[in-house]
Amino acid sequence: MNARKLRVISAAVLCAIFFVGLFAGAVSPYPYAKQFRERPNATPSSLHLLGTDSLGRDLFARLIYGTRVSLLLAPAAALLATLLAGIFGGFAGLAGGWSEKLILAATDLSMALPLLFVLLALRALLPLNISPILSVTITFTMLGLLGWPSSLRVVWAATKNLRNSDFLLLARATGCSRWRVIVRHLLPNLRPVLFAQFWISIPVFVLTEATLSMLGLGVIEPLPSWGNLLRGLEDISAVSANPWRLTPLVLLILVVICFQFILPSQEEIA
Amino acid sequence: MPSPVKTLALSALLALALPVCAQTGGELHFCLHGEPKTFNPILVDDEASENVRYLTGGVLIRLNRQTQELEPALSTSWKISRDRRTITFHLRKGIHFSDGTAFSSEDVAYTMRLLMDPGTHSTTGDSFRSGEGTLQVQTPAPDAVAITFPAPVAGLERLFDQVAILSAHSPKKEMAVLGPFYVAEYKAGSYVLLQKNPNYWKRDAQGHPLPYIDSVRLDIQRNRDIELLRFRRGELQLINRLDAEQFERLQHENPAVTRNAGTGLDAEELWFNQSPAAPLPDYKKAWFATKEFRKAISMAINRADLCRIVYTGYAKPAYGPVSPSNHFWFNAALEDPKYDPQGALRLLAQAGFRLDNDTLKDRAGRPVEFTVVTNSGNAAREKIATMIQQDLSQVGIKVNVVTLDFPSLIERITHTFDYDACVLGLVNTDLDPNSQMNVWLSSSENHQWNPSQKSPATAWEVEIDKLMREQATAPTDKERKAKFDRVQQIAAEQQPFIYLINKDVLVAVSPNVVGAAPVVLEPWGFWNADTLRLGPAPELGVQK
Repeated sequence: MNARKLRVISAAVLCAIFFVGLFAGAVSPYPYAKQFRERPNATPSSLHLLGTDSLGRDLFARLIYGTRVSLLLAPAAALLATLLAGIFGGFAGLAGGWSEKLILAATDLSMALPLLFVLLALRALLPLNISPILSVTITFTMLGLLGWPSSLRVVWAATKNLRNSDFLLLARATGCSRWRVIVRHLLPNLRPVLFAQFWISIPVFVLTEATLSMLGLGVIEPLPSWGNLLRGLEDISAVSANPWRLTPLVLLILVVICFQFILPSQEEIA
Repeated sequence: MPSPVKTLALSALLALALPVCAQTGGELHFCLHGEPKTFNPILVDDEASENVRYLTGGVLIRLNRQTQELEPALSTSWKISRDRRTITFHLRKGIHFSDGTAFSSEDVAYTMRLLMDPGTHSTTGDSFRSGEGTLQVQTPAPDAVAITFPAPVAGLERLFDQVAILSAHSPKKEMAVLGPFYVAEYKAGSYVLLQKNPNYWKRDAQGHPLPYIDSVRLDIQRNRDIELLRFRRGELQLINRLDAEQFERLQHENPAVTRNAGTGLDAEELWFNQSPAAPLPDYKKAWFATKEFRKAISMAINRADLCRIVYTGYAKPAYGPVSPSNHFWFNAALEDPKYDPQGALRLLAQAGFRLDNDTLKDRAGRPVEFTVVTNSGNAAREKIATMIQQDLSQVGIKVNVVTLDFPSLIERITHTFDYDACVLGLVNTDLDPNSQMNVWLSSSENHQWNPSQKSPATAWEVEIDKLMREQATAPTDKERKAKFDRVQQIAAEQQPFIYLINKDVLVAVSPNVVGAAPVVLEPWGFWNADTLRLGPAPELGVQK
């Protein structure tokens, strides 16, 4: 199968997943929070396609509603983090001097801070009486605002390489303005790095949200997300007895693979 | 055809032979869930040290964990004065510590003085402190001792179950013990090895010396999953407390190893923040202070579902501060409130609330919405909160569930009071109501719904304060019970705590441990360690 075909299939799969997530209300057989208390931990059946969780909630309904939450908010957080990394990393790599040192010092400091504790402290400051939707938005915004340092380092290194490249020297020597150098020469060459950072960040943020859910910082009940659905995998023996519980993980892997396939390759960019 | 006489004789022979199958000797192997902080019984204040103290310490009076009655141990009898300040013990004669030192009344006097010395900082000693003044101990004879406290002590004799007697003369000090085992070896972070005390005073009905087992190896293992795995491999013979999911799994694999001791003393409960210092809007404070509101919430929660779903059936609905397993102190006269959402709506209507388009509104038309907080990482409590969320949605109440890390939660419920309602558990290790004094007195920090009050905020809290103080000094248990029954009645009427469930005590015991009879009181699975035997090679039938 050639790369083009793979890309089309991946795009189709992603579109289908996004579509189902966006129109979860129409696709889902039940509300995501409805507890069928007479059927907790049910196995897959015609009534419940993926069975039910320990509270009797339909796992298929929760999966597709969770898809909406995770596939809209994790990319948004990844975009925010990549944008911050791109702006500050690019500036540091291009400008050099004291501003580079300052930005890199701030990055190192941010990387040294234990993210989990920073988020814990921030959550403790937030009011309790907020809706689940607002809570999840705040969570992913915090992830985006705090998740840039490692991407920044990569972007900075790439920009620094480009700054010393012959073609940029030539562009500057031919009288290109700084803005033109950035827009026409630097950004197109940084694009693969930024794309890669963006795609990599999505599963990272989905999984970070899963960890945060365990600490009460992520998506709050009864709203589902891939993160809190993945918490069901903590109990290995329960998973081996109920392998359909792996569906959120399979979906996450599928989405990440599809994202990788639709990325333009280095050669194509060149 | 065998004659009836022959059959009877054969049966009798078999019955006699059964105990013989269970051999004496061998090593019982199970886990402590933390590092013991001390082996000094006076200084014990953690569960691991408490377990070691139970297995090694000799006490004057022992609470029989099965019958919940007090039994003579190192003392043959005791007498309490009418003013409940003095207790006089008659001690067993001819008893020796594990190192051979003779036991006498001087050892009791030494232990009690050390226990009550403020410089010792003994948590066990704190239970005896009921007033200012000094302790007096008289030893009129080597087998008699009279201890006089500065003020009356409620449930005095029961407190001696926690006092392991130290030797006044042994060079080994706290390592010389009177219990069934002594600490032979300890490797920090790894294990504690207890060996049979050759001088243990107790004998079985046939006069054989106890304990039957030669040694007990206590591995220090915090990870419950690893503990379960080792049990399934046959490396451990006992798991002292399992959660419902682990128990259910084990039950499916091998029902013979699982033992449900019954409803435990611990409870999970919900309460509303009634602190005047809470930064909540006045209308919310008014809701939470309304008795009908709290009772309606209680009626709208389906406790049976909580037990069945969250604890897979290994819990019982709780309606009061005392578990039905606490035979003496439980007030059986109280009615169990039924799950009744319609009744809850009627009660709410009496208090001025009305249902408008499936949304409950107060007199001023504000929708009733509040947040329940609980600690993150506790799956059972998170599920409880989520189920309460759905139950209350049926009476038009919107509940938000927020889980917080434990320090943040404690900060909110004890200092900032910035929360609406909370789901947490209360651990009860003692049967006596005195152990709940810190919860019921309005001046207490643990009076969770409105802590540290300078004077009781409500008339019913005035009455509870009075009753709790009176029961602590009442001369007889009957009078104490009458007063504490009334406290339970007020708690049921006012619902400051909405009790949800009492968890079952779930234990796993290998079939080769003969005589194990887990109970609802600590130390649950090995309370009768001195009479346990290890049988023939275990036919566990579990995964090897």
